[in-house]
Amino acid sequence: MDQFFNTAVITDNFTYFMIGRFPHGPLGGLGLTLYLAATSCVLSFFGGLILGLLSITRFPAIRYPAIAFINLVRGMPLLMVIFWMYFLLPALFGKATESQTVIMALTLFTSAYMSRIVVAGIEGIPKGQTEAAISTGLKPWQAMLYIVLPQGLRNMIPSFVNQFVSLIKDTSLAFIVGVSELTHVGTQINNRTMAYPTEIFVFIAVVYFIICYAFTSLSRWLEQRLAWRKAI
Amino acid sequence: MLKYHFDWSVVTSGKYFEWLVSGFKVTLQLSALSIVLAFLLGLLIAVMRMSNNRPVRWFAHAYLEFFRNTPLLVQIFFWYFGSYKILPTVVNDWLNNSNFEFAAAVIALTIYTSAFIAEDIRSGVLAIPKEQMEAARSAGFSYIRSMQYIILPQAVRLTVPPLVNQFLNLAKNSSLAMTIGVMELTYQARQVESYTFKGFEAFTAATVVYVAISFFITALVNIYNEKVLNIHKAA
Repeated sequence: MDQFFNTAVITDNFTYFMIGRFPHGPLGGLGLTLYLAATSCVLSFFGGLILGLLSITRFPAIRYPAIAFINLVRGMPLLMVIFWMYFLLPALFGKATESQTVIMALTLFTSAYMSRIVVAGIEGIPKGQTEAAISTGLKPWQAMLYIVLPQGLRNMIPSFVNQFVSLIKDTSLAFIVGVSELTHVGTQINNRTMAYPTEIFVFIAVVYFIICYAFTSLSRWLEQRLAWRKAI
Repeated sequence: MLKYHFDWSVVTSGKYFEWLVSGFKVTLQLSALSIVLAFLLGLLIAVMRMSNNRPVRWFAHAYLEFFRNTPLLVQIFFWYFGSYKILPTVVNDWLNNSNFEFAAAVIALTIYTSAFIAEDIRSGVLAIPKEQMEAARSAGFSYIRSMQYIILPQAVRLTVPPLVNQFLNLAKNSSLAMTIGVMELTYQARQVESYTFKGFEAFTAATVVYVAISFFITALVNIYNEKVLNIHKAA
């Protein structure tokens, strides 16, 4: 067993896999992966909401640029978005750390996908709701904010969770600009030990799987629960 | 920002243009080969997932969940660095003598995408009324033959749009192959950037190509939806 699957390389480096050099140095490994995912998730929730609303507004001068922007980002590989941020951010705002670059890229990329979820959620609410709200004297934006969005957002939750799972997987691309999240830590240990690539990458895959599968199951459970609530 | 000196000639002609074109070709080869293999594998997994045999069904389910819930990049690294321990020596020797980077990328992209395709096919099959299967079985077809002649041909018709979208995802995902040294479009764009320091031009060129592929394919799906499936987009 020890010949075929060397577990020592995992146990010896376990804390490094999980939190990097923290607390004696910057956070790394799985901790940094989750930090990147969580931060980008919160930011892209608002980004997606704004882009989604802009892409269905009544004003064509706002709607068409928003739709064009969403389609542009959705047509690009995430890796390309990261490269764009990598040399656009310093040009626009001065110095940015690698983590900030990755968070911005993940946020922009995920916002474009989130906006589609937002639009689908809003379209899922019957039109009569908006009409009723407007006929009671609310302005269109008030009808959206107080009547349509609260109901729509609840239906979007399972899709948001699925998008979060994609986000966790996407943080692995931070590897390309040298952010020491889980995948990067894995390649570091692989370069250092040289002899156990199978063990290291299987272990990393399993760690990602456990986390992503937990969220996938959560989203499935939420979907059933929401369907059940709608049925009664 | 404004001090930047644009020089588009870098990416529109000469050596660097040729690099980008060759990268585009590799991206297309990688995507086309992987999507064909991923479709076949995905079809197999989808049929296994719906099988009446419990171990077969569970195996397919485990396969789906595992490959969908791990990052593609980690899978690429696994096949590139770590697969030699689980593959037979004959296969290893053959891979080492051929273009191993390309082969590892194809294997990773195929397996990753097949898990998504299997789910698309399954939802296509679930959309076919179950009376079709019952009628086929009562007409004397076996389960496999009913699938083959009655259910799958109809399901695949419904599955075309999501499948084409998977192809699109695959073309974008193929950019990750650069991490193991496959000289595809993103790799070449980065090469051009590091040789000329013209990052803005190089990445614009690559972005335009990716977005053009994406628009072209999305337009095809919309036409298919309208002409074949008679689904009209809500105004």
